Amino acid sequence: MHHAVVDRWSHGHSLLHARDARVKLLVLLVFLVALATARVSALTILAYSFLLAAAIAVARLPVGGVLLRACVVLPFTAVFACLSLLAGEGSRALALAVRSYLSAAAVLVLAGTTPLPEFLRGLESLGAPRFLVLVVQFLYRYLFVISEQAQHMRLAACSRGAARGPLGPDRARFRAASGAVAVLFARSYARAQAIHRAMLARGFEGRIRMLSAPRLTAADWLFLALGILISLAPLAGTP
Amino acid sequence: MTPLIEVRNLRFRYEDGTLALDGVDFELFPGETVALLGPNGSGKTTFVLHLNGLLSGEGSVSVCGLTVEKKNLAAVRRKIGLLFQDPDEQLFMPTVLEDVAFGPLSQGLGPEQAAAEARAALEQVGMAAAAGRAPYHLSAGEKRRVALAGVLVTRPEILVLDEPTTYLDPPGQRELLRVLAGLPQAKIVVTHDTLFARALAGRAVFFERGRLLASGPVEEITQRFGWAPAPLVALR
Repeated sequence: MHHAVVDRWSHGHSLLHARDARVKLLVLLVFLVALATARVSALTILAYSFLLAAAIAVARLPVGGVLLRACVVLPFTAVFACLSLLAGEGSRALALAVRSYLSAAAVLVLAGTTPLPEFLRGLESLGAPRFLVLVVQFLYRYLFVISEQAQHMRLAACSRGAARGPLGPDRARFRAASGAVAVLFARSYARAQAIHRAMLARGFEGRIRMLSAPRLTAADWLFLALGILISLAPLAGTP
Repeated sequence: MTPLIEVRNLRFRYEDGTLALDGVDFELFPGETVALLGPNGSGKTTFVLHLNGLLSGEGSVSVCGLTVEKKNLAAVRRKIGLLFQDPDEQLFMPTVLEDVAFGPLSQGLGPEQAAAEARAALEQVGMAAAAGRAPYHLSAGEKRRVALAGVLVTRPEILVLDEPTTYLDPPGQRELLRVLAGLPQAKIVVTHDTLFARALAGRAVFFERGRLLASGPVEEITQRFGWAPAPLVALR
């Protein structure tokens, strides 16, 4: 089974990996706000790029991997950048693209250094809606299980002579694929019921209680203070 | 001796009309381990889901003197620890420690105490080192032991194990057997593995088409219903 790449990164070891999810979230938030409000000049872009590069290096994340994955935001940004460009505001279009790209890279640094369970617990203790956190938590827990099941079904179909490759206009293959999706849905539904039974059997009465988050260490506080200061520093030069 | 579990004339029909249990009588006594044998679809799993009120049919079920009914469910579920067949369904929290702590937290223990109990239970099944890991990254045998820790952590008086050897390789089965044999609780084991049943249980009951046909020593029951472990090579 192939785990998501970012999930694998998040189980690494580095100074950034060792920090508490809450302080990383707060620093990210400050960084994003600073980046969004900074006046875009060559200097500020350089400063924020340097900060991110330093974070990637400290976290020992693969540079190419982060830079490539941060491109996922570009299609969304491109629409608005194009509109700005058509309105004759070239610099604004550029600023939009650069800001969103750097923001995505910053989010990736957080995701690549924080295992999702910790990330979610951090979100929750910072006041994110609990229901949302729970939904993501269950999604994360069962996404791999369901995708593994889907892969097994695909292998079974292939070994019974189904052709590999992307779906074409072939009706029979389309029908087979839709059947597989239906089976997967039915199984996931049955699994959800079984999980609910398992929760009831273990005393679930409608509310999931969590273990308390660990205490922040001195290193966490230091990281929080430094992270906020450094994120805001490039703003100091702008009026 | 008063039985821990007493089931009288239990009948249950699924929504699609299938009669899954057709008048089952059953007793479990303190300290006893009973194997539930029988073909697929004979009603074994349906039966154990009645013991803590996850399903409810006609007839009566009582556990440690408590009738299994709505007002007693919380108490009954504290008495019975149910280990499900598929550990992926039982381990639903993001990390092993959080999963094992789910039971104590749900029963109202404070976070620190729940974490301490969870660590002790993980120690008991030899999985203390896995506390911070995600259940998804565990092997089948490890998942089974963590699931068992999640059941033991609330100190149930009765353990109900549904096909505990499924997905386990022979060393995993032996390890599980060793852990289970060391536990003092009375146990009900649903299994197809007659060797495992013989190693763990003192008595077996045989299910067929929703009826409990016979009860007796494991050896006798497996012989009588043609379930004795035979070298399959002889059939070739």
